Amino acid sequence: MKKDIIFAGVGGQGIVSAAAMIVTQVDKLGFQCKQNEVHGMAQRGGSVVCHVRISDGQIYSDIIPKGSADLILATEPMEALRYIEYLSKDGTVITSNRPFKNIDYPDEKDIINSIEKRSNSIVVDANGLVDELKNERVINVAMIGALSKAIGIEGLKDGILKDVEKRFSKKGEAVVQLNHKAFEFGEAAVQ
Amino acid sequence: MSSESMALLGDEAIAMGAIHSGISAAYAYPGTPATEIQEAIQKYVAAYPDPKINSAWSINEKVAMEEAVGASLIGKRSLVNMKHVGVNVAADPFMNAAITGCGGGIVIAAADDPSMHSSQNEQDSRYYADFAKIPCFEPSNQQQAYDMTREAFDIAEKYEVPILLRLTTRLAHTRARVSFAKPRGQNELKLPDNFKKWTLLPSNARPQYKKLLQKQKDLIAYSDASAFNELKITKGSKLGIITSGLGYNYLMENIQDGSIECSILRIGVYPLPEKKIKELASSCQEILVIEEGYPYIERYLPSYLMRFGINVSVKGKLDGTLPEQGELTPGIVRAALGMGSLENCESDTSGLVRPRPPALCKGCPHHDTYLALNEALKGKEKERIVFSDIGCYTLGAYPPYETIHSCLCMGASISMAKAAAENGLKYAVAVIGDSTFDHSGITPLLEGIKRENPFTVVIVDNSTTAMTGGQDTICGETALEKLVVGMGIDQKHLRRIIPLPKQHEQNVKVFEEELEYAGPSVIIALRKCIQIK
Ligand SMILES: Cc1ncc(C[n+]2csc(CCOP(=O)(O)OP(=O)(O)O)c2C)c(N)n1
Ligand code: SF4
Repeated sequence: MKKDIIFAGVGGQGIVSAAAMIVTQVDKLGFQCKQNEVHGMAQRGGSVVCHVRISDGQIYSDIIPKGSADLILATEPMEALRYIEYLSKDGTVITSNRPFKNIDYPDEKDIINSIEKRSNSIVVDANGLVDELKNERVINVAMIGALSKAIGIEGLKDGILKDVEKRFSKKGEAVVQLNHKAFEFGEAAVQ
Repeated sequence: MSSESMALLGDEAIAMGAIHSGISAAYAYPGTPATEIQEAIQKYVAAYPDPKINSAWSINEKVAMEEAVGASLIGKRSLVNMKHVGVNVAADPFMNAAITGCGGGIVIAAADDPSMHSSQNEQDSRYYADFAKIPCFEPSNQQQAYDMTREAFDIAEKYEVPILLRLTTRLAHTRARVSFAKPRGQNELKLPDNFKKWTLLPSNARPQYKKLLQKQKDLIAYSDASAFNELKITKGSKLGIITSGLGYNYLMENIQDGSIECSILRIGVYPLPEKKIKELASSCQEILVIEEGYPYIERYLPSYLMRFGINVSVKGKLDGTLPEQGELTPGIVRAALGMGSLENCESDTSGLVRPRPPALCKGCPHHDTYLALNEALKGKEKERIVFSDIGCYTLGAYPPYETIHSCLCMGASISMAKAAAENGLKYAVAVIGDSTFDHSGITPLLEGIKRENPFTVVIVDNSTTAMTGGQDTICGETALEKLVVGMGIDQKHLRRIIPLPKQHEQNVKVFEEELEYAGPSVIIALRKCIQIK
């Protein structure tokens, strides 16, 4: 078993913590993991990428070789495209459809089209989710929901849900429920 | 944190290695990709305050290095850590500490940044170890980062030399599981029997340097015996590979399926192991050197081969087999091995993917400072230069500001503006952050004030070291103001502004007035970084 996953987004969107949430659980399940994070300059509203490698054997490289990632998980559609060269031929893109426009932004429809043109692509309707739950911060949990379903590692979902509960229980049951809903929303986007 | 294994960044693995080596102190100035070393020690100290480990940030790298030598003199172990360019700042005490040698162990962790993810250059710290004639450890994974830190402290005390531990960005910032060995306690306080070695008068320095030269043989023997220099000969294979650090990982990533037959020497300890190099060179017809950073091993290799009388060809960065600039990647190493690319060029995303460079946060105080400064400088374009420095405010080089015109190294804004002023530039402005000012802005400002140069220094005091994640600043706010007063500035030309939109007109006026003043003026723009919690 080997899963190489690129996490991509914009500085401040919580890419590093999203990756850490997955890695912490997978590590607990006994797999080898490496997580390469971005620190420093790039975090200030710039493009941010995190390489996550999971395997049942030894992992040598700290970064994923271009052309061999199994998945890209992006919290922002242009950022999904930015790292597309990392993806293997039959790798899957999972992206939020919610653009982050802190730069001169092309027509977002063209970006989504270009992603959907690929045979393996999953666009999570983060716009719809935010409308429904009236909360911007749950996008990451939804994306993690989609990823956890797509990776299909046994026990991963339970671990993450427990973690979500631990993280948000201080903020009250309503917040925990909100995040559960977001997780399921993401899961539902993956067939 | 005392459990037997943990998932750690390379930086954190070094921190835990140092803690388990019984350090009494860690001295550091923040800088990507090294910052998380000291932060991990500080977190540990917050959770386990006893026995005490001093781990507050130092004012700059030179001071950090000297602090370590001070602790070493009284027998205590300490870890110094910094980014690669920090070693330039620390170079004076660093070079001389090789001559004094150490009492308590000193390990200097220097994090290099090939590809310049967050740096002004991609210098290779192994050259510093070589320059000072001290050993260098170079881990290739997080476990080795821990193990080598442990070993480095023992070797430092055994051979009485400081040790440099070199790592690069990807290793520093990748998290993987690390197993711990049994921690050891701190050293007892012990004064030296003899102070000669610590007092580098020429009469003492000469015998000390001689001792250092004499140690080299032992250090090479140690290096040859070390398991961190790992030699695997594959009988009959024509290709020999010498690799270090992440180069080893990228090599193995590509050949773990056995697709290429070769002998491999992985270098983890320098000075280079002579016997192992000889053995490898005798077994093959061609050597490929895969190392991250400068072609350091590759440059040394021919002199060894000549001495051994071995004639094999050497490939690497110097002949273009590998690129000289930038970090290595699995793909680059793959190409150097002559293996086919894994990349598929199906994806044409041109036009849709636009650069997204880092930018100042919405509401950042530097934003308002730059808007006011730009307005004050309007119409003066032919007679002005805004010299800047390193920090979040360097992002003022990008649109929409394009306020600043230079960034060299920490503190240089003030020295450069002062020189431009005395060499005829009418409006010479320096923009420098509070942490950078403390680090190396104080001395050039003192010089400029005492020499009465006509320049304008803007200290953008956001009460933190924001660029590297918000470490506290040693001297800011009122204390900073008092410091500048103490330097002897004419107090009419020490101005304070609050960089806020509603203060804009007022701030422009202050800038305009001080730009016209034909002497040194200091404007402190004081408002907290909005990311401070
Ligand atoms: C010699 C050296 N040490 C460390 C760094 C890393 N570094 C870059 S900017 C910076 C601090 C900036 O703080 P400050 O001047 O207060 O500006 P701010 O980011 O808060 O605006 C540091 C530590 C460096 N570039 N060079
Ligand atoms: S971190 Fe602070 S200083 Fe840096 S850009 Fe953001 S607000 Fe400005």
